[in-house]
Amino acid sequence: MPHIQLPEELPGIRAAMAFRPETAKPLNELVEVLLRGPNSLSPGERELIATYVSSENDCYYCQTIHGAIAAASLNDDETLVKKVKHDFQNAAISDKLKALLVIAGQVQKGGKHVTAEAVTHARHLGATDLEIHDTVLIAAAFCMFNRYVDGLDTTQPRDEAMYRERGKRVARDGYVAVSKEYLPAEVSS
Amino acid sequence: MPHISLPEGLPGISSGFAFRPETAKPMRELAHILLHGPSTLTPAERELIATYVSSQNDCYFCQTSHGAAAAAHLGDDSTLVEEVKQDFLHANISEKLKALLVIAGQVQQGGKNVLPHSIGKARREGATDLEIHDTVLIAAAFSMYNRYVDGLATWQPRDQAMYSSMGQHLATHGYLTPSVKAPTLEVTK
Repeated sequence: MPHIQLPEELPGIRAAMAFRPETAKPLNELVEVLLRGPNSLSPGERELIATYVSSENDCYYCQTIHGAIAAASLNDDETLVKKVKHDFQNAAISDKLKALLVIAGQVQKGGKHVTAEAVTHARHLGATDLEIHDTVLIAAAFCMFNRYVDGLDTTQPRDEAMYRERGKRVARDGYVAVSKEYLPAEVSS
Repeated sequence: MPHISLPEGLPGISSGFAFRPETAKPMRELAHILLHGPSTLTPAERELIATYVSSQNDCYFCQTSHGAAAAAHLGDDSTLVEEVKQDFLHANISEKLKALLVIAGQVQQGGKNVLPHSIGKARREGATDLEIHDTVLIAAAFSMYNRYVDGLATWQPRDQAMYSSMGQHLATHGYLTPSVKAPTLEVTK
């Protein structure tokens, strides 16, 4: 049972966002810019970073929904998503993305854990300053989202079909658009 | 030296914000609502929560700037701010705020660390669901801001006067506009 009285019909972060629409608005806008906005990293790559960090933080809801969005952005390759969570160094992803996942994992432990060597390695593999910036911020933001979702003890149904269906819709329509389903019109517009 | 090429002369998060205005906007709005918007918790209480979490995350820039904002709200009582960072259970603050700081410290460790017992204690001291929600989200958000600031290895000058001036600005105007200007911008004005 959630720590506070949240709308019962909504799972995970959606319940918290419906409880507090004022903070939901910038939260949705931040994730939209980071994971779906114009970027030289593909939405699939950015969702994999979000999924990996959520997995490291052991947040079931976040790693499952972002894993589903990642899969939907990667030709439904759910096996790749699982491989990235458990052993990304041996996954079929670019060396640049592996280097960025190393940085994301360091941010997950704490900002001071990011090493100059890891950043240099990513740069040697072609990562730009903006890609490194966004990797750091995606990892940092999911240290927030994961804590928000688990810190309120939100309801997180073990229903893979639900996440798969939702993942396809978010991959297609985006975070701000689907948030209109559960936020009041005046804040979600 | 920062890990990426950030605008020079801007300390801490200001340089990340100037580097990437698209993500700065929702991050500023989130901080403004949480710390400066309408709430039954005073701005000083909310700044103390932000300061405490930033201190636990060992982020110099965030704990010093938000500590200065808290002090500005408290009639320049920087001693109380120090007490809250070091030993809040014995600080001259309300029992309700102590109970909320316990929850914030649990969120800083990880979302699953929040205990029903701690929520019950806060509620018995008069905390509402909204106050508990905002405490969880402030602590989660600073787990993001702290990682962003340290994960990019931003410039964090040891200059108390600068932080005091930032704190005054934040306490008066909130978070929607920059609290520091790049020296170069001031020269060209």
